[in-house]
Amino acid sequence: MAGGASSRIYEGAGLKLMLPSWLVIGIFLLAPVAMMAVYSFLTKEFRGGVIWEFSLAAYDQFFFDRGLFGDEAPTIEWTYIGIFWRSIWQAGLATLACLLIGFPTAWFIATRDPKTRSIWLFLVTIPYWVNLLIRTVSMKFLIRDTGPLNEFLLALGVIDEPLGLINTNFAVQLGLFYSYLPFMVLPIYAAVERYDFSLSEAAADLYSGTWTTLRLVILPVVKPGIVAGCILVFVPSLGAFLAPDLLGGAKTFMIGSLIEEQFKGSAGNWPFGAAASMILLTIVMCVLLVYARNQNKGETR
Amino acid sequence: MTSPDIAVAVDRVIKRYGSVTALHGVSLDIRENEFFTLLGPSGCGKTTLLRAIAGFEDVTEGRILLKGQDLTGLPPHKRPVNTVFQQYALFPHMTVTENVMFGLLRKGWSRPEAERRVRDVLHLVQLSDFAARKPGQMSGGQQQRVALARALAPRPEVLLLDEPLSALDLKLRQAVRMELKALQRETGIAFIFVTHDQEEALTMSDRIAVMSAGRVQQVGSPREIYEAPVNRFVADFIGETNLLDVAVQSISAGQANVLLPGNHPFTCPAAAVVEPGAGHLSVRPERISLCPEDQGHLRATVTGHTYLGTDIQLHVVLVDGETMSVRLQNAETTLVPDTGSVIGLKLETGAARLLAD
Ligand SMILES: Nc1ncnc2c1ncn2[C@@H]1O[C@H](COP(=O)(O)OP(=O)(O)OP(=O)(O)O)[C@@H](O)[C@H]1O
Ligand SMILES: [Mg+2]
Repeated sequence: MAGGASSRIYEGAGLKLMLPSWLVIGIFLLAPVAMMAVYSFLTKEFRGGVIWEFSLAAYDQFFFDRGLFGDEAPTIEWTYIGIFWRSIWQAGLATLACLLIGFPTAWFIATRDPKTRSIWLFLVTIPYWVNLLIRTVSMKFLIRDTGPLNEFLLALGVIDEPLGLINTNFAVQLGLFYSYLPFMVLPIYAAVERYDFSLSEAAADLYSGTWTTLRLVILPVVKPGIVAGCILVFVPSLGAFLAPDLLGGAKTFMIGSLIEEQFKGSAGNWPFGAAASMILLTIVMCVLLVYARNQNKGETR
Repeated sequence: MTSPDIAVAVDRVIKRYGSVTALHGVSLDIRENEFFTLLGPSGCGKTTLLRAIAGFEDVTEGRILLKGQDLTGLPPHKRPVNTVFQQYALFPHMTVTENVMFGLLRKGWSRPEAERRVRDVLHLVQLSDFAARKPGQMSGGQQQRVALARALAPRPEVLLLDEPLSALDLKLRQAVRMELKALQRETGIAFIFVTHDQEEALTMSDRIAVMSAGRVQQVGSPREIYEAPVNRFVADFIGETNLLDVAVQSISAGQANVLLPGNHPFTCPAAAVVEPGAGHLSVRPERISLCPEDQGHLRATVTGHTYLGTDIQLHVVLVDGETMSVRLQNAETTLVPDTGSVIGLKLETGAARLLAD
C-alpha cells in the first residue's frame, strides 16, 4: 500500500535480499509440511514409522468405517469427524471467551497514559514467561477437587462438595482461554492504541451514543486487530493437546491429542497422524483464506 | 439577557484543567447567521471554548446557552451543533456518502430522505463525483470538504470549525476561504470559526473575538479590530504595527494630544482607558508616507529595507533610538531611500492610535 516508488527501488535487489527468508520458510515450513503430506500417503509400520508404499489407507480410515476386518461395505466413520467438530467448537468457544475478556482488557490498557501502558502490558505477559506445560499442570492443581480453589470455597461455606471441574469441557475451556489470552490482547491493544479518538468525538458530535459509536465506528476501525487476535487464538486452540489432555477427560478428546497419540511410542500410526494433520491444515487454510479475501475486499472498495 | 437573534451565548465561562486555567471567565454573544471567528495565538483557549460549546468539555463555571436554552450537562450527541474537526476525523471505513449520512441516520432521518440530503450537500461542496470514495483515497482539500458536508448535512443550529484550513496549502486555503464564506451565506446558520491566522480572520469574518491567555481582548468587525484595537495585544497581533512610547499630554472626547519622539505635538484617537502620562502609540506601517526630513511628524534614519514582493519594507530608527518599519508599495515610481539617509515620516490621519497596555 505505502510508497510505490520505494517498492520499485527494491525490486531489482529483491530476489537476492529475500533469499534468507525463503530459506527459512523452505526449511522450517515447506519441508515439514511436504514430508507430512508424503507420509500421509504411505503405509503404516506397526512399531511406528512407515513403509514406503503408496496407500490411501490413512484417509480411508479417517472418513470411512469398513467394519472390524475391513471387508464390509464402507459407511461414514463419525468418530474422527466428531472429534474434529468438537475441536472446532471448543476452539471457537475459547476464541469467543478470549475476545470478550481480551477486548476490554486491551481497551483498558490502550487508554491508560503512555507511561503506565507498558507496565500493564508487562503484567499481562508475565505468566507467559513460564512454560505452557507447567502452567497447564498448575491449572489442574488449582481447580482439582482437592485443590486450593475448592478448599477455599468449601472453607468459606459457599459450596458443600467440590465443584468437580476437572475432566470437563469447562476445564478445557479455562485451560485454552488462559493459554492464549495474550494472543488476543496484544493485537487488539496495538489496534486500539492506533485508534484516533477524535473519531469517537466526531461520532458523538453526529448524534451517536456510546454503544452506537462502539458498534459503528470503533469496532469496524479496530477490526483488523480483532480478526488477527481471533486467528491467533483459534488456530493454536484447534490443535492444542496439553489443555485437553491434562484438564479434560476422554469425553473432551481434541484433534491435537488424536494427532499426538499417533506419533507417541509404538502404538501410533504415522500415516494416519499425518493425514489428520493435513486435514487440520486444510481447515486452517480455509479459515485464513476467507479472512484474506475479506481483507482484500475491504481495501479495494 | 438573550435576545432572540443570539445563536450562542457564552456566559462567564471558566475552564480549569487542574491548576491550569484555560478560560478566565469568557463572555460572548454569537448572533444568528453570522460568521464569527475566535482568533488568538496558540494556547489561548480557542479550542477549549469550541469544545465546551460542542459538549466535549464540561465548563468549570458559567454556562453556555444555545438559542436561549442552557446546554449545561447535555452530552455532545444531544447538542444540535456540529463540528468540523481540525484533522477532519472522517470515518476511514466508510465511503463519503456513508460519512455524510452518518449524522442523518443517527438523528432518525428516513433512508430515502437522508439519501436525498446527502446528494444535495455533496453537490453543495462539489463532491458529487466522489460519493463512493473512501477518505483515504482523497486529497486534503477534498477531505476537508467531506468534513464540511458531514457537519452541515444534519442542519445544525450552529457550525463549529476548529482551524479547518490549517492542513491545506496556501493556494487552496485562499480558495476555500471564499467557498466557506459563501457556504455560510447560503446555509444561513452561524459559523464559529477558530483560527490563529489573522489574515484568514480578517477576510472571512463578520465579527472577530480576539483572545489571549484565556480572555477575550476585543470583539468587533474586522475593520474595528484592525483600525481601532483596544490594547497593545490586539494591535500587535492583528496585522503589523509600530508601537511608539509617547508622552500623553491631555485627552478629551476620545482624542489625545501627545508628544512624539523628537517632541513633535500630534493629535490622534485614543482607546477609552488611556490616561495622561506615558502611553503607546500604534502606527500601521502602511499608513506612513515619506517626506523631506523637516516636513514630517517624525525624523528618522534609514537602516535598511526588505523586499516583500508587493511591498518594500523600510527599516528606520528614530532620534530616541526606537525602530520602526514603513511599508512602501512596490510601484515603478517608488523611490527607496538609501541606507543612512535621514528622512521625514508623515503619519496619515487615522494611522495612529493611542493604546492601553
Ligand atoms: N486536557 C488538558 N489538560 C490540561 N491542560 C489543557 C488541556 N487542554 C488544553 N489545555 C491547556 O489549556 C490552554 C488552552 O488550550 P487550547 O487547546 O484551547 O488552545 P488553542 O487556543 O486552541 O491553541 P492552538 O492554536 O495551539 O490550537 C493551553 O494552555 C493548554 O495547555
Ligand atoms: Mg486549538
